[in-house]
Amino acid sequence: MSRPERFEPVIIGFLCRWCSYTGADLAGTSRLKYPPNMVPIKVMCSGRVDPALIVRALVDGADGVVVMGCHPGDCHYQDGNIKTLRRMPLLRALLEQSGVDPRRVRLDWVSASEGNRFAKVVREFTEEVRALGPLGRRAA
Amino acid sequence: MRKVTIDPITRLEGHGKIDIFLDDDGVVAETYFQIPELRGFEKFCVGRPVEELPRITTRICGVCPEAHHMASAKACDAVYHVDIPPTARKLRELLYSIFYVADHTVHFYILAAPDFVVGPDAPVAERNILGVIQKVGIDAGKRVIGVRRRAQDIIRLLGGKNIHQVTSMPGGVAKGLKEEQRAEIEEVAADYVEFGKWSLQLFADVVLANQGYLDIILSDTFRHETYYMGLVDDQNKVNFYDGHIRIVDPEGRQMARFAPAEYLDHIAEHVEPWTYLKFPYLKKVGWKGFVDGKESGIYRAAPLARLNAADGMATPAAQEAYEHMYSTLGGKPVHNTLAYHWARLVELLYAAERALELVRDPEITSDNIRTIPTETPDEGVGVVEAPRGTLYHHYVTDERGIVTMVNLIVGTTNNYAPISLSIKKAAKAFVRGNGKIDQGKLNLVEMAFRAYDPCFGCATHAQPGRHVLDITVRRRDGTVVDSVRTG
Amino acid sequence: MSEAGKPKFAMYWAAGCGGCDIGVLDIQEALLDVAAFFDIVFWPVAIDAKYADVEAMPDGFIDLCLFNGGIRNSENEHMAKLLRAKAKVLVAFGSCAGEGCIPALANQFGVEAILDFVYAKSPSTSNNGRVRPQPRSEMPEGEIEIPELRDQLVPLDAVVDVDYKIPGCPPVPGRIMDVMQLIMSGAELPPKGSVIGAGQKTVCDECPRERREKSIREFHRPFEVMADPEECLLDQGIICMGPATRSGCEALCPQGNMPCRGCYGAPPNVTDQGAKMLSAIASVIDSDDPEEIAAITAQIVDPLGSLYRFSMGQAPLRRLQTCGK
Repeated sequence: MSRPERFEPVIIGFLCRWCSYTGADLAGTSRLKYPPNMVPIKVMCSGRVDPALIVRALVDGADGVVVMGCHPGDCHYQDGNIKTLRRMPLLRALLEQSGVDPRRVRLDWVSASEGNRFAKVVREFTEEVRALGPLGRRAA
Repeated sequence: MRKVTIDPITRLEGHGKIDIFLDDDGVVAETYFQIPELRGFEKFCVGRPVEELPRITTRICGVCPEAHHMASAKACDAVYHVDIPPTARKLRELLYSIFYVADHTVHFYILAAPDFVVGPDAPVAERNILGVIQKVGIDAGKRVIGVRRRAQDIIRLLGGKNIHQVTSMPGGVAKGLKEEQRAEIEEVAADYVEFGKWSLQLFADVVLANQGYLDIILSDTFRHETYYMGLVDDQNKVNFYDGHIRIVDPEGRQMARFAPAEYLDHIAEHVEPWTYLKFPYLKKVGWKGFVDGKESGIYRAAPLARLNAADGMATPAAQEAYEHMYSTLGGKPVHNTLAYHWARLVELLYAAERALELVRDPEITSDNIRTIPTETPDEGVGVVEAPRGTLYHHYVTDERGIVTMVNLIVGTTNNYAPISLSIKKAAKAFVRGNGKIDQGKLNLVEMAFRAYDPCFGCATHAQPGRHVLDITVRRRDGTVVDSVRTG
Repeated sequence: MSEAGKPKFAMYWAAGCGGCDIGVLDIQEALLDVAAFFDIVFWPVAIDAKYADVEAMPDGFIDLCLFNGGIRNSENEHMAKLLRAKAKVLVAFGSCAGEGCIPALANQFGVEAILDFVYAKSPSTSNNGRVRPQPRSEMPEGEIEIPELRDQLVPLDAVVDVDYKIPGCPPVPGRIMDVMQLIMSGAELPPKGSVIGAGQKTVCDECPRERREKSIREFHRPFEVMADPEECLLDQGIICMGPATRSGCEALCPQGNMPCRGCYGAPPNVTDQGAKMLSAIASVIDSDDPEEIAAITAQIVDPLGSLYRFSMGQAPLRRLQTCGK
């Protein structure tokens, strides 16, 4: 019973505890359907996501990484989400220069009441990374 | 044939090996001087901002980073079409002249002097800087060490770091000179001039006064008739920092004189499969193999070549020394490889005099040390004389000044084919027989190599006096015929 | 030859530039103490012991081996393994052995691209026969060999266990003296795997420039502006790796009026020097607007080469690199 295997991307999601993770829970309790590829990791704030962690995730097996935080202005720690926003263009430039498609890293805002939005972001990102294909890695 | 391998070459360029093949009569049939390394600077400088190259290309060599720093800075100036303020040029040349004094000092006293002062076939335990000091006195040793230490302090002051300088960039230099610092450097430079004269006197007393050494210097074994290349100023005098490249033929006649940007019309590089380093040669003459003479495109660079290619030295005491050298050795050009050591001391004196001139220039303490480039960058070539030979840095960038192409021809590389010739000739003359190879004879082969000062000088104070050479003689199938260990 | 009883010292350069060996010689008078304390048994730049001499040594014969240069080819790798066996204490000396340093920038391109330029595309190279260096060449007289290049340059600890690292390109004389004096004193050495001969903070700690609140709306390349000689360079919008670089170097470059480029490697407890600096730079960008942030960031040229100038050989990112750019 063998079917041709579709590439299933491995996606790591850093979700901020106050907004996005709660939004993810809401998607769950609302029984919304979305691809299961993303592994959620709860962080206190999207600002806590060190770019080294994103790189590490890609090196260790992720084909894509999504960081979700509160909408600007709503951060529980005032501007943690802005701090992470400031890192993204440089991180993407670094990845691109290394030959990694910068679309493999995504930053988005999802509030606690946005279950639908959460599902939409995960669905879109999963398909985008699926289209990009598996991320090649050298041996250590 | 039997193969004798020297691996690695020591007290010289860190990475090199020599294979000597002897036929069944014990006569040297061929030698191969192989360079086993390649790091790829020309490739990995692509994508870098061009102003970073004076800090990246210094890592080509930790002994002469100054040379790369300067050639690179000049290439950057050319890429940006920017004229640097006169003070900036003087500061760069001052740093460079101080470096030359220290670098030539280290080579002569630590590497070369043992062969001449102590003797080429003296016991190995004495054939090092300690043996030299024993013969000429401890004060001499202290003087040599002092030359190097003070140079380091000055280079750190002007260059930021004493190994891998950082202060030059397109448009000038980042650091100027204050009056108190200038006065200190002036004292050092004046002392360097005396040291240069003293070194030439030492050479006269110990080497030239010894008929045995003079015979070796003038012998045919250590002689090649080649073309010669060097940087010259508007008066065709030797200049290490700037000028035109001049090439003379084996009879001393000017064959070419060109600006850095035109180097590709004159120089090409030949590739062999048994070594990573390429062999530069004169395009207009052509690559004719490992032979010297007027029909062969092989040319030499570095001290003797620079003096041969120029019409004189730009400072008085060095000019006197230059004239004395040529009148002693029978006119220009001089083809004797061991005369490199003499020419090196003439250059040492010139570098000291030039440093003194520059540091006495009233403009040297001006704070106008940078021009901010305004032109769109594209392409440029920077050339200086590295102690070991003419150094070419050629860069192409995009409109943002991001590097798209780098081509380098590096000092010692110019001499790669000549060194190969010198090794073979010396090996043929001194290495023979079917059994033991005398260590003094092997050292004579190394003397052929050492004259070119291939990229390394060692300022250790306390050589334990070991000179261990391990030679294994094998048949083609690898079985050992004999092995000898000297020292 | 060998003086019985004296500890044995060796120093070797792999794919480096010689600056580390000169750096050791730059400790001046202290070198006399080192030479008196140790018996130097292998140091190609200084004495004439050959590879065969090392092969003949019993394992553990060398008490202290300073290994500088990265692992670029088969000979470097062979010597790393050989010296690991023959040395009691093996130190990765300098940035090349520690993290790859400048030659590791080649990893962005891979060996094929290097060979293609050097032996074919270089404008001065005349090679219609498309000759390339080969590990073995059959000459009329016999066979001769040269080492094979690895595709990537790696630091020493990628091929053997390393006891200590001394960072720097090169390590400054003061720190080398500190280490040699510590070793010669016989005092207990730090735990294996430590970084020695360096500080526990960042270069900013040693830098005399005045630091204020940073809010950058424009980044400048060093030659584009006349920087104030007293003020922090990063304050002035000039990228300086000081905040993400280990101390110990005495902040020579900022005192030379040029920005730090990171040659002392990552600060304590940081494995990804470039990512650390990325955070630092991002944290000083004075804007909340995504488009404006992107425009300010775009002024930073060559992020890869700037953030990982010395640590490319160890950067986690290198495993994602594709070649041929």
